[in-house]
Amino acid sequence: MHEDNKIILKVEEIYKRYRKEEVLRGISFEVRKGETKVIIGPSGSGKSTLLRCINQLTIPDKGQVWLEGEEVTHTKKSINQFRQKMGMVFQDFNLFDHINALGNVEIGLIRVKGMDKNRAREKAMEELKQVGLEKQAYLYPAQLSGGQKQRVSIARALAMNPSVMLFDEPTSALDPELIGEVLEVIKKLAINGMTMVVVTHEMGFARSVANEVIFIESGRIIDQGPPYKLFTNPEHERTKKFLSKITELYGKSVEER
Amino acid sequence: MTENFLLVYQSLPYLLKGSIITLELIGGALALGLIMGIPMAIGQVYGNKYVANLISFYVWFFRGLPVLVLLFLFYFGLFMFLGFNLTALTAAILVLGLRSAAYQSQIFRGSIQSVGEGQMMAARSLGMSKLKAIFYIILPQALRISIPGWSNEYSIILKDSAVTYAIGLTEILTRGNFIATRTYQPLPIFLTCAAIFLILTYGGVKLLNILEKKVKIPGYGSYSNSGKEY
Ligand SMILES: Nc1ncnc2c1ncn2[C@@H]1O[C@H](COP(=O)(O)OP(=O)(O)O)[C@@H](O)[C@H]1O
Ligand SMILES: [Mg+2]
Repeated sequence: MHEDNKIILKVEEIYKRYRKEEVLRGISFEVRKGETKVIIGPSGSGKSTLLRCINQLTIPDKGQVWLEGEEVTHTKKSINQFRQKMGMVFQDFNLFDHINALGNVEIGLIRVKGMDKNRAREKAMEELKQVGLEKQAYLYPAQLSGGQKQRVSIARALAMNPSVMLFDEPTSALDPELIGEVLEVIKKLAINGMTMVVVTHEMGFARSVANEVIFIESGRIIDQGPPYKLFTNPEHERTKKFLSKITELYGKSVEER
Repeated sequence: MTENFLLVYQSLPYLLKGSIITLELIGGALALGLIMGIPMAIGQVYGNKYVANLISFYVWFFRGLPVLVLLFLFYFGLFMFLGFNLTALTAAILVLGLRSAAYQSQIFRGSIQSVGEGQMMAARSLGMSKLKAIFYIILPQALRISIPGWSNEYSIILKDSAVTYAIGLTEILTRGNFIATRTYQPLPIFLTCAAIFLILTYGGVKLLNILEKKVKIPGYGSYSNSGKEY
């Protein structure tokens, strides 16, 4: 379905070591326009490090990252140019605590893109509407529920008009009853053709939106394929083991509950 | 008794003029400490190791010496050696300010470090430069956290200001001493001086409390302010 579409993000042979621990050991994959890649893997397998290596919040030791045909690693351009086009959503939200929801969404537009304040406000309000939070625009992070915080952080990233969105376990810090509203927003993005890399343990979500699921363990890609194949008939024993453990830990996904 | 009241009443204008000088002194010193302390804190947290070490040395030096030693060292020593012709007030502002910078930098460093690392990461992930992230994301939060520590610094520097008596600055205590030796009535005079200091401490701390409430982030830290509930 997306075969003709151009490659938005290309990750090539990424290595990263923290002191004696080799966290990423040659990860490569590519994401085409409109695709959703879901990354799964045990805790400590390097998923967060991988996402951070993509937008260079962590500098990989080796390997390249390409965004829309331009190399992000070893670039002469400012990394800030690339980061604007790679929206990132964190597990623990990381909303700016001292400004309200609207301020969180518009600050990148004003301070990074240099957009005029009125236009930024309009656009930020539009983004908040998209995630169903226009009524909460003037509330501060401490006054929002976890699900609302995460939706604001998604709006904050989307406001920059990114070419790709990186999600790092966006629902892992949420109470179970709040997971659905966040997954709903991400799903809507997928349907509207956003290109995304999503680290998650929500298997139901993966099944319904992922074009491909990548299983990472100890910094290597062990298995990858379309969700129906990986979930029902994984090639590797380790994938199978991990999947059954996930089901045990997290139970049935939100969609199946 | 009435004699004492009369004496206090008559000396009050003279002492209050001294408290204006005290306020000029601590105002200047706190301002200098603030202007230097914030960049120093930023340098210590985000700067390279040479910058951080240099600042650490500065802090070690100014925190390691009694304020009187610093005052003599600079006023009678360094400033004269360099041929600076400074009034006692300017010299006192400089010395107390340079010293306050050392203390204030550590207040701000602590607050900057207590702002979660995720805030910087989120800012950078939007494509914000490090400098802008410090300015628009980290400092607004860190400065709020600093207010109680800063309020403490205010009351300390207010009390320390009395040592400038030693270089002849005509602040509250110098003036009090002058009257006391002339009238042989130290008790009422020094009690008056003490009262002025207490009022200045109370007033300043109160103002900073009001500032702290005014800039409080809505919904943030609401537990600690309702301490009675648990
Ligand atoms: N900044 C860091 N410094 C040192 N070690 C780190 C750092 N970040 C991650 N690690 C280590 O790298 C490994 C992978 O971490 P991470 O990428 O967070 O895994 P995951 O997201 O899959 O749980 C862990 O063992 C972690 O301790
Ligand atoms: Mg992680």
